[in-house]
Parts: sequence; structure tokens; C-alpha cells
Amino acid sequence: MERSILSLMLNRQEQMMQIGIPRESLKGETRLAATPATIEQLQKLGFSVLVESNAGVLANFDDAAFIAAGAEISSDTKQVWAADIVLKVNAPADDAEIGLLQKGTSLISFIWPAQNAELLEKLAKRDINVLAMDSVPRISRSQSMDALSSMANIAGYRAVIESANEFGRFFTGQITAAGKVSPAKVLILGAGVAGLAAVGAAGSLGAIVRAYDTRPEVKEQINSMGAEFLTVDFEESAGSGDGYAKVMSDDYKAHEQKMLAEQVADADIIITTALIPGRPAPRLITQEMVDAMKSGSVIVDLAAINGGNVEPSVVDKVITTANGVKVIGYNEMARRLPTQASQLYGTNLVNLLKLLTPEKDGVININFDDVVQRGVTVIKEGEITWPAPPIQVSAAPQAKKEEVKEETVKPVKKKTGIYKAVAAGAGIWAYSALASYVPAEFLNHLMVFALACVIGYYLIWDVAASLHTPLMSVTNAISGIVILGAFFQMGAESGLVTLLAFLGTFIATINIAGGFAVTERMLKMFRK
Amino acid sequence: MSQESIDAAQSAVDAAQAAINAAQAAQSVAVDQAPIVAQVVEKAAAAPQGILEAAYIAAAVLFVLSLAALSKQETAQKGIFVGILGMVVAIIATLFSDGVSNIGYIIAAMLAGGAFGVRWANKVGMTEMPEMVAILNSFGGLAAVFIGYNSYLEHSITEPVMLSIHLTLIFIGVFIGIVTFVGSMVAWAKLNGRVKSSALMLPHRHKMNLVALLVVIFLMFSFVGAGLEGNMGALIFMTLIAIVFGAHLVLSIGGADMPVVVSMLNSYSGWAGAATGLILGNDLLIVTGALVGSSGAILSYVMCKAMNRSFISVIAGGFGNDVAISSGDEEQGEYVSTTAAEVAETLMHSKRVIITPGYGMAVAQAQYPVFAITQKLRDAGVEVRFGIHPVAGRLPGHMNVLLAEAKVPYDIVLEMDEINDDFNETDTVLVIGANDTVNPAAKEENSPIAGMPVLEVWNAKQVVVFKRSMATGYAGVQNPLFFKENTSMLFGDAKESVEEILKAM
Repeated sequence: MERSILSLMLNRQEQMMQIGIPRESLKGETRLAATPATIEQLQKLGFSVLVESNAGVLANFDDAAFIAAGAEISSDTKQVWAADIVLKVNAPADDAEIGLLQKGTSLISFIWPAQNAELLEKLAKRDINVLAMDSVPRISRSQSMDALSSMANIAGYRAVIESANEFGRFFTGQITAAGKVSPAKVLILGAGVAGLAAVGAAGSLGAIVRAYDTRPEVKEQINSMGAEFLTVDFEESAGSGDGYAKVMSDDYKAHEQKMLAEQVADADIIITTALIPGRPAPRLITQEMVDAMKSGSVIVDLAAINGGNVEPSVVDKVITTANGVKVIGYNEMARRLPTQASQLYGTNLVNLLKLLTPEKDGVININFDDVVQRGVTVIKEGEITWPAPPIQVSAAPQAKKEEVKEETVKPVKKKTGIYKAVAAGAGIWAYSALASYVPAEFLNHLMVFALACVIGYYLIWDVAASLHTPLMSVTNAISGIVILGAFFQMGAESGLVTLLAFLGTFIATINIAGGFAVTERMLKMFRK
Repeated sequence: MSQESIDAAQSAVDAAQAAINAAQAAQSVAVDQAPIVAQVVEKAAAAPQGILEAAYIAAAVLFVLSLAALSKQETAQKGIFVGILGMVVAIIATLFSDGVSNIGYIIAAMLAGGAFGVRWANKVGMTEMPEMVAILNSFGGLAAVFIGYNSYLEHSITEPVMLSIHLTLIFIGVFIGIVTFVGSMVAWAKLNGRVKSSALMLPHRHKMNLVALLVVIFLMFSFVGAGLEGNMGALIFMTLIAIVFGAHLVLSIGGADMPVVVSMLNSYSGWAGAATGLILGNDLLIVTGALVGSSGAILSYVMCKAMNRSFISVIAGGFGNDVAISSGDEEQGEYVSTTAAEVAETLMHSKRVIITPGYGMAVAQAQYPVFAITQKLRDAGVEVRFGIHPVAGRLPGHMNVLLAEAKVPYDIVLEMDEINDDFNETDTVLVIGANDTVNPAAKEENSPIAGMPVLEVWNAKQVVVFKRSMATGYAGVQNPLFFKENTSMLFGDAKESVEEILKAM
């Protein structure tokens, strides 16, 4: 339904849509929403691309590179903003830019709708579609468009580089002719994408890396990156089920602070990455803790813009405290790696457009039945559709416990107690009936049969899986024991019986000889 | 089964013919030596039944010890000799007991069968083990059928209760034997591609099976009720039903479930043997039949567990047909293909490598070049191990046998449970001809293979999948592994691909 209305609306554009890439006007922004490489991919989806002149200068892409990739260049800002789809890094900076958006345009950029309600209102009035790259749902399918993760990855890496720049020592330990150098101790707080990237970067520089996160389930990820996971001596679950951390209780915080204080004092470099969506960043490191640090230590606060994990941090500044600790509060570390950041962000956009353009015909089509498209769309045709209904994705640790399977010993489904009791009763009745009816001799044979089944059951469970094939061929061989039956029937008067017994002997011997021989051959191959 | 085995069968038939001729001569020799035989029999006759029983007890214990020794690689060889010893004791004791005559014919049949069996066992390729086991199962079933028929045709039981029991057991034994025989032949034909391996889905198949079983039960009552008068018609009619029933049973089970089918038939052949033992009142047969029967049943259960399926649903057939198959056209992303040279490069730069083979490796006979690569990497200081899924191949433990054939040391061949946690720390995984056993879709709820334990290869840094094409596996489920970022595809025949890698290394 929705789809058809939208396509009707879009029918006014008979041919493929044009994508506009305006210059980022925000102060300090170096990134761009497209690179020559991503522009080629956009064209494959059927779009034409118009880039504002000199848009990529700060990210080291010149206009000639864009032209070579097949884009058009325009110095007319209005024309670029008037495109059918506008790809941006940052949301429109001011009313002037918002005013450039035409009715029916689709704007794709970071929006942060939770923090920018006013902006959202203004954009809605323009009667446009707005897709917020910060609102991509965190499910596996949408990882390829998760721009927050790709930016966080860069930020984590860059945070380590920035800290190394300010740090007066090696990261790695060395024993040189000029004496021993001890390795730097790096403490990473918050093990999201940025934290893990920082763990990786610091580890590969040779530092001793420790990391902490309130979510115990990230321990494995931290360990896999080669870092030590710090734990608070206190029980509380922190997985919120949506992939982000949640706010913890006060009691827990007290224990956490105590542990952190010890670790902070011991560390040479600290990188904090703790963010809770829609709230100020948690204060992890107090002034007091910073005061206890060694002179020359470096702290990078990636959450400075959101209020800071570190008390003395100042947005976009490097400050030195009285005791000689440098605190780096740069905003948006990704801007310090503009070429890479533009490429990754551009690719995230291409992946989103792939999803929106299933036909690859250069016409986007927002389908609200798809959770990813639903989540990312914050304004549709002038109507605010944010926030999208929540999707539960993350596997919380409790779920794992349920997965532990019960050891069942028999290949039967669980029955209810009553059913079992009835079955047992019927069994006993049938058995007693049989016992009173048949002669004892036969019951003796039955006993042998039952005992042999039990012995077989226990014997076979012990057989190693790698020996299952030899086991089968040996059982084939010993099941040839029916040959004994044939022996006794060979002397029969009836010719038919003798013939059948003869054939029985023949094939049973094949089983015996073949089964043992092939098993012997197989086992000879097994060697240590 | 290959052309070779068919040739072998032909030559065995000739051998049997020759043996029958020879039997005449043997018979006369036996007569010539009658005094000696008579003497032996006379000696044994002092306490013939006692010695026979004692021998049977010894044989039964030896069989149990044999299976016990088979549980470990170190003692497995010993297990075979103990088993052979048990068999020899039982056969010799029986041959020299009363009531066994026509020893010349027996020896002739045994010589022919033995020659054929050994010759076949030495010729059969390790990739054909499933077929061989299937055929041996069918023989076990058939022998039980012959003996069952004979016990009906000639017996001396007149006491009514014992007669009823006797007839009931014959009826059950023949039924199981025929189902085993026909089912195994169909399984054999499926395994070597003579019959389409996909599941045959007749309409109302469960109802048809039920009707067949009801008719069989009715026939059993009329057969047993006839008592001494005999009712050969009922027995023959049941045999015909059992033939159709056995064929349909296996035809309606899909190719992916072959390990379960083969071990299930193995179990049936055991139960048929146990029934024979009860008919003849022979405890050794009963014990052996029960051992084989429970062995096959447990193996079937292990296989079912490895696929997270209930035994009943496998036997009833129709995997994937009762569940909606996810169409392959869902958004899966793109796959990356790679070249042998690149894989060789990746391998040489890895520290830890795990190889997870599947039936594709068996089909391509790639186990030898795979081991050559393994050796080269191990010489270069790379840790190489093998991860085996319980249902890889068409027989329980099939992959182990193939790797052993290529001389891969068994201590680097690990089971799924032993190796699954190590993928995180593995640099490169080579998936050779496996598909469903490494499918991450098993971890998703709505997948037809949901809940099946799988090798979690995707946790490794790099996965290379050796495959002929992008086709789905037996389960017919698309494999998201192929589209993961850390997966690359190496298309082509597994053996050729592996050999090229070897050259490039």
C-alpha cells in the first residue's frame, strides 16, 4: 500500500534521480559524503551525481577526481541542494541551508533527532524525506550501513594516535643498549566499536592494554583483541538488549569507581569511549583520579562533546593539568582522518541506497515494512516518523543459559508423567502376561537378550566418533554369526532348506570375512 | 559401488560356482575321512552340548571385549583380533557339534564367501565405505531371512505354546530381515547414485505405511493361528509387503540423512539376527544381535542429535518438505571469489589453520592433496588441524576414515565439540566440500536447519570455501557463510583446487 502511494508520488520523476553532494559548511568539518570510489558505485545504482566544486578539498579529493569518476561539478550551491537526494555528513547547518531543500527531496545525513528536535521540526516543514545515518538499527543485516560504527572505528584508532603524539615515551617495551624501556600501560574505558578499535591500535603499538565496560558480555571481544578485561567485584546485569549499555545502580557505581581509581592511577594512557544514547556521557574519571596520575600521562576523552567521561576535559582542546597530565578533548576524531572517514561514510551511504533502490533503476523507494528502512527514516513526506518502534537484537547473557541442552539418554521425545506411567503399567502387564504364558526356557533367552542390549548400550557410547565407521564394519562382521543357524540347517532333508542354508552360509561368510578385513584395513590407516 | 566391486561380484559368483563343484569332492573326502570325523564327534559327544555352550559363552564375551576395545584408537586393532577369535571359536565349536552335517558344503560355501569378502574388502575404496556397509547390512538381513524361512519349513516343535512363539518370531524375524535387505539395497543404490538421492514423497505415505503395518500384523495372526497346518501364503504375502515397505522406507529419506539411514539399517540387521537367535534358541546369536542392534541404534541417535532432528522424523522421511524452505533470493549480499595462489599466500601467512572437510572432499578424492598441504604447512611451522562434523560424509565417522587413508595423524583430527571454541583464534579455515555443516543459518530461529549444531567457522579471521558452484547443500538451505565479509569462495573441483594451492605454495 504505502509502497504504491510512494511510487505514485515519485512517478513525476520519469527518469533516474540526481544525487547532490554539497560542501560541508560546518566549521572544522573535513569529511565529505562521497568519494570518487563511492560515486562510481552510486552510478551503478542508476543515479547521476552532482558535486559542489571544491567540496572534497579538505578530504584530499579534487574536482578532477570527481569528474574522472563520472560526477558533474557545479559551483552553484543552490543547484546542488536542489537535487532529488542530498547526501551530507552533517545536518543542514542553518536555516539558509534548510531553505535550499526542495519539496520531495530526500536528505541523508547525521541528524541526531533526539538532541535536535527543533531541526527536525524545521526539516519536516520543508515536506521532505529525511534519513538519519545515526538511526540505523543495530542488527547484523544493517552493519554495512552503520555509519556510527565506521566513524567510531576511526575515532578509536585516531585516539590512540593522538595520545601517542602527546605521550613522551614508547608504547612498546624494549631492552636497548641504552637501557630498558618499560611498555606503556593503556586503559580503555568503554568497549564499543571505538573502544575495541583503540584496544587493537594500542595493542599493535606494543602497549599493555586493559579495558573496562559495564557489559560483561563484551569480555570475550576484549580478550579476542588481546587485552585484559577488568571486572568490578559486584553483580549486576548491564545488557539492555538493544546493543548499547544502560545506566547502572549507585551501589554498583561505587564499586566501579573504586576499581577505576586504582586502574587510572596505574595507567600511562587512558582512552574513554563511554556513551549512553540520548543522555549525557557518564562521568568515569573525576578530577581527583586525574590528580593521582603520573606526570606525562595522557587521557583522550572521546565523549568530551557529550559532557565528557573525564571531569577536566575541554571540548576540542588539549589541556595540561597541574600535575602534568594531558587531557585531549577533540571532538569528532574521524575528522582527523578525513580521506578514510569520507570513504567509509560514503560506502555506508552507498549500502543504504542499495537497500532503498532494489531495482537499481536510480529511483529510491522507502519501504516501511523493512525494519532498517523504517528505523533510519526520521521524516517521511514531511511527517516526523522518529522514533521508530524498538527492535530487540542483542543476545543478552541470560539467553545463553537457556541454550544449554539437557542431556537426554534416549532418542524419545519428553512425555508427560502420566503418559510415562501408563506406558510403564502397560509394559508391566504385558510382561507378566507373557511370563505366565511362555515357558521358562524362552524367558531365559529373553533375559540374555535384555542384558545384551544393556551391555551394548554402554559399550557403544564409549566408542570415539572417529571410530564409528570401523565400529559399523565390525558389527557387520559379527552379525555374520547367524551363520551358526545356517550350519544346523544344512543337514535338512528338504533340498530347499539345504539350498537356503547354503546361500545363508555363503553371504554370512562374506559379512564375516569382508567386515573384519575392511575394518583391519581401515584401522591400519589410523596412525598418530 | 564402483565397477571394480561389480567385477569382484562377478568373479565371486564364478568362485561360488566352482566351490559348489568342489563341494562334491569335499563331501567325498569327508566320507573318506569319516572314521576321523566320527572319532572327533564321538569325543565331543561325551559332553557335546556343554562344550558348545561353553564355546558360545567364550565367543559372546570375546565379542563384547572386541567392541569395548574398539572404543579407542590405541586398542582398536586388538579389538578386531579378539572379534575374529570369538568368531573362530564359535564356528569351530559349532562345526564339531552334533546336528551339523554336510560339512563339505559348509566349508565350500565359507571358502567362496570368505574369498569374495576378503577380496572385496581389500579392493573397496575408502570413499565407498558407505556402500560397502550398506551391502553388508543387506547380507545380514538376507541371511536372517533364509534362516527364518528354513526354521519354518523344517522344525520339530509340536508343543502349542512354543509353536506359537516360534512362528511369531519367524514372522517378525523375516519381516525385519526383508526390510533390512531391501532397505539396504536401496540405500546402496542411493549412495552410488543409481537412484536419485532426494526423498521420494508419495502422497499419504504415512497412511500407506500404517496400512502396510496393519496388514502385516493381521497376516501374523493368521500365520501363527494356523499352527502346525502352516500358512505359507501369509508368510509369502508378508514378504512381498516387506519388500515394498523396506524400499519405500529408504526411498522417502533424503540424501542428507544417509548417515542415519545406514546406521539404522545396521541396527535392523542386528535385530534380525537377535530374532534368529530367539527362533533357534541360540544365546550367542541373541547376544550378538542385541549388541549390533543397540550399536546401530545409538549411532543413529548420535547422528540425529548432530542434526538436531528427532529419530522419528528422519525415519518418517521428508526433511525440508515439512518445513518451508527459505528461498535463495533473499537479500544475501555478494560473495567474493578468490584464486588458488591467493589462498596459498594466505595459508603461508597464517599461524593457525583449521580444515573442515565434507562429503565434497570425499567425492573429489581430495584427501591426499589435502594432507600434502597439511604437511607442507606443518613443516613451515603452521598449526594445522581438522574439524569434523558428526554428520560430515555419508556414514558415521566417514571423514576420519578418509583422512586416515591419506595418513593424516589422528591426533590433529578433532570433533566438532573439541574444536568449535578454537575458531576465534584461528587465522584461516578451509571449508572443503562442506556446506550445511558450516551454515550459520542454523543459529537463526526460522531456518529449516535451526538448532543443528554446526562448525562455527565464521568466527575465524578468514574462511575459504571450496565449492563447485553457489548451489545449496542437501538441506536446500542458502548458506549466509558465503556472503560474510571474511569469507572468500574458491570455485572448482576440490581436488584440482587443492592441488593448485599445493603448487603455488
